Amino acid sequence: MSLAAVAPSAVSHAASTLQILTFVVNGDEYGVDILSVQEIRGWAQPMPIPNAPPSVRGVINIRGEIVPIVDLRSILGLPERRPDETTVVVVLRDHNTPPRVLGTIVDAMADVMDITREAIKPLPTFETTGVTVGVVTLPEKMISLLNPNALLPPRKASV
Amino acid sequence: MAPSLSELQQQLLGTFLEESYEGLDNLESGLLGLESSEDGSVAINDIFRAAHSLKGGAATFGFAGLTELAHEMETVLDDVRAGKRVVTPALSSLLLQGVDGLRALLADVRQGLPADATAFAALISQLRAVSKQPKHTDAPVTSKSTVAATRAAPGTWHIKLKAAASILSSGNEPLRLFRELGSLGQLQVSCDATDVPPLSTLEPETCYLSWAMTVSGNITRGQIEDVFAWVADECQLDISSSATTKESDPSAASAAPVRVESGARNAEEPLESIRVSVGKVDQLMNMVGELVITQSMLGELEDDGPIDRARLARIREGLSLLARNTRSLQDSVMRLRSIPVSIVFARFPRLVRDTSQSLNKKVDLRLTGQTTEVDKTVLEKLSDPLVHLVRNSLDHGVEGPQERLAAGKPESGTIELRAYHRGGDIVVEVEDDGRGLSRERILDKARRVGLVADDADLDDNAVYDLIFAPGFSTAESVTDLSGRGVGMDVVRKNIRTLGGDVSVTTKPGKGTKVCLRVPLTLAIIDGQLVRLGDYHYVVPLLSIVESIQVDPKFVMRVDGRIPAYRLRDEVVRMVDLAKVLAIPVAKNEASDRLMVVVESDGEKIGLLVDELLAQQQVVVKSLETNFDHVDGVSGATVLGDGGIAFILDIVVLGRLSRRRSALGLVAA
Repeated sequence: MSLAAVAPSAVSHAASTLQILTFVVNGDEYGVDILSVQEIRGWAQPMPIPNAPPSVRGVINIRGEIVPIVDLRSILGLPERRPDETTVVVVLRDHNTPPRVLGTIVDAMADVMDITREAIKPLPTFETTGVTVGVVTLPEKMISLLNPNALLPPRKASV
Repeated sequence: MAPSLSELQQQLLGTFLEESYEGLDNLESGLLGLESSEDGSVAINDIFRAAHSLKGGAATFGFAGLTELAHEMETVLDDVRAGKRVVTPALSSLLLQGVDGLRALLADVRQGLPADATAFAALISQLRAVSKQPKHTDAPVTSKSTVAATRAAPGTWHIKLKAAASILSSGNEPLRLFRELGSLGQLQVSCDATDVPPLSTLEPETCYLSWAMTVSGNITRGQIEDVFAWVADECQLDISSSATTKESDPSAASAAPVRVESGARNAEEPLESIRVSVGKVDQLMNMVGELVITQSMLGELEDDGPIDRARLARIREGLSLLARNTRSLQDSVMRLRSIPVSIVFARFPRLVRDTSQSLNKKVDLRLTGQTTEVDKTVLEKLSDPLVHLVRNSLDHGVEGPQERLAAGKPESGTIELRAYHRGGDIVVEVEDDGRGLSRERILDKARRVGLVADDADLDDNAVYDLIFAPGFSTAESVTDLSGRGVGMDVVRKNIRTLGGDVSVTTKPGKGTKVCLRVPLTLAIIDGQLVRLGDYHYVVPLLSIVESIQVDPKFVMRVDGRIPAYRLRDEVVRMVDLAKVLAIPVAKNEASDRLMVVVESDGEKIGLLVDELLAQQQVVVKSLETNFDHVDGVSGATVLGDGGIAFILDIVVLGRLSRRRSALGLVAA
C-alpha cells in the first residue's frame, strides 16, 4: 500500500522523491513535507485560548495573522518539557481549503533531506493518534512522517 | 451587445443599468403593493412609469429583447392604469415573472451578453394574450392606441402644471410638452408669470412659470399622463375633466411626486455600488481637508533644524491632530459603508408572497426598522440567514388557515422582521405568530438522531438550542423550502463568523422569535484594554457601563455561592473572568481588583480584572481563519507591541458565567 492511499493529502504527489524537514521531539525524529512548511520561528509565549484543548497552547501574531500554536508533545501524549533555546515553532499550512496556518512546538530542528517515495513505509496496524501517516526507513534511522491536518483539533460543530 | 461602445456610451449604459435595476425593484414592490392594497392608483402610476422608462432606455441602447418584454408589460400595465383591467393574482404573477425576465435580461446586458428574449418568448406571448383579452369595458380592441381612441369620449381636459424650479436644468423643456399635447387635440395654453421676480434677482436657469391648459378632443387621461410621464416627478400636475366624471381619480395625478424610495434590490444581485448622501461625502471631504492642513503643519517641521523644545511641542501638537483626523476620517468612511437594512428586507415581500401561495397559507409580512444602518459587508452576510429564518417561519411556524382558525387565531399569520441598534450591535428579529417550537418533538427527534441521551434531562433553553445542531430538522416532510436540516446550524455558523450570535425564544401555540445579534461593523471597534494576570483582553467600549474599584464591603453571595456586588441600589453579578476563561491567574483576591460593569443581554454584570489599561481602537481579526470559534471571544487583535489580545464577547460571557453559576462552579 502506498502512502498516498493511506493519507492522500499528507504528501505532495508530483515527484517520486520529496523533501522533508525533520525535527526532534522526545528523542525521536519526525518529519513533514517541506512544501507545507511556511517558516520556522524561535519560541515565544503564545496567548492562551480560553477553554481550548491542552494541546493548543495559544495563538501568536505572525505578521498580523492570528496563528494557533500546538504542542506536538501534548498531541502525542509525551511528557511536558520546558521550552529552552533549541525549542522552535514550525509554522505549517495544512491541506484544508483554504489552508489553515498553524505552528507546532518541537524540541529542536534536525535536517532537511530528500527521500524517495519507496522509503516511506505504511504504518503497522496498531492504534495511533492519526498524526503519523507513515514511517521513512533510512539505513541509519527512522523518521515518522506527520500529517499537518491532524495537528489542530477538528473545527467544532456549531453548537 | 455586439457593437463596441464608446466610453461615454459605457458610462450611460452603467447609469441605465443602475436605474433599470432600481426601476425593477420599484416595479416589483409596486406590484406586490397593488395586490395587498385596495386603492392601487398611487402605485400603478409608479409601476407604469418604471416599465415605460425601462422600455425607453432599452430601446435607446438597441436591446431589442428587453424592449419587447418591457413593451408587452407596459401595454398590460397601461390598461390597468386606465382602469380597464383588474389585477388578478394570476395577472400579478405573470407580471412578476416579467420582472424576473427583465432582471435576467439586464444581467445579460451587464455581462456583455446579447440580451436575447427568446427564452422569454412564452412569457411575452402570454402577456400579449392578456393584452388582447377583452377588457371589462365594452369595446373590443386590438391594440393599445386604438383602445385609447375608442374609449375616449370627446371632452375637454383642464390641466394645471406647476413645474419645479429646477426643471430646466434636468433638460426638460415645457414647450415640447405643449407640442405633444397639441398633437392630441385642440390645445389652449395660458401662462401664469406672477412668480417671476424682478430682473435683478432673476435666475435665468430657474423656471418660475406655471401653465393652465385646456385640451379638447378624443383623449384619455392615460394619453395626457403619458405626455407628462418624464416630468411627473418634477412638477405639480393637476388634470381634471369637464366632460366626464368617470375619471374620478385625483390621486392618480397628484400622486406623481410620490416616489417609492425603497432602494429595493434583489440580494442575489451583487451590490456593486452604494448610494451615499451628499452630506456624508461632504463630511468626508472636510475631514480630508483637515488632514491636509495637519500634513502641511507637520511638513513645515521637516527641515533639518535642531529639535528644540518649541519644535517638539509643535510635533506633539501635530501628532495629536493627526490622531484626531485619522479617527474622524475613519468614522466618516465607516459611515459611508453603512447602508439601511431595507436593502435586504426588500426581498422578503416577494419571497413571502410566493412561498405562502405555494404553501396555501395566508401570511402578512411586517417590516420595521428598515432605516437601521449597518456596514455593507455585515448586511450582505445577514441576507442568507434571514432568508432561512423567514422560510422556516413560513414552512414550520405559521399554520395553515384551518389550523389557525381552529386554534382561535386570525386566519392569516404574521411574520415580522424587525431591525434595531443595541449598543454596538445590530439586532434583527424574525418573529412569527405560528405554532411555536414543540419541546417534545425536538427532544424526540434529538434522541432519535442521537444528539441527546435518552435519559438526559434538559431545560427548555437547552432543548430549543438543539435546533441549531447540525443535521437537525423536525419537519415531517422534506419540502423544497426547508426540512433538510441544514438550516439553523448554517444560520448560527454564519452569524458566528460575523462575531454575533443567534438565540431563539418560543411560546408553544403563540409563536417563535429568532434573534440575530451582529456587530455593526467587522473591521474596527473601540475597546478598553484590561489586564488579567499576564494577559491582555479587550472589552468593547460600547458595552461598558462603568468601571469601579471593588470595595469588599459591598461584596455578597447570593444563594450562598454566587458572588454579587452592591452597586449603589442595584445588585450586580460578579464574574471572575479568569475562571470563565480558564486562565491561570496567580492573584485571586476579589477585594483589591477592579470591576468593569458591562451590559450583557440586558443584564448588568461585573467583570473582575486586574488592571485597566488604555482605551484604544482595535482592528478585529478572526480566530476562525486558522483555528475555530471560541466561546466568549469574538475575535483577536494585535496590540502595538505585536502581542495578541482577545476581544471579549460580553453577551456570550454573560451566558457562560450564568451557566457556571447554575452548575455551582463559582466558588470565588
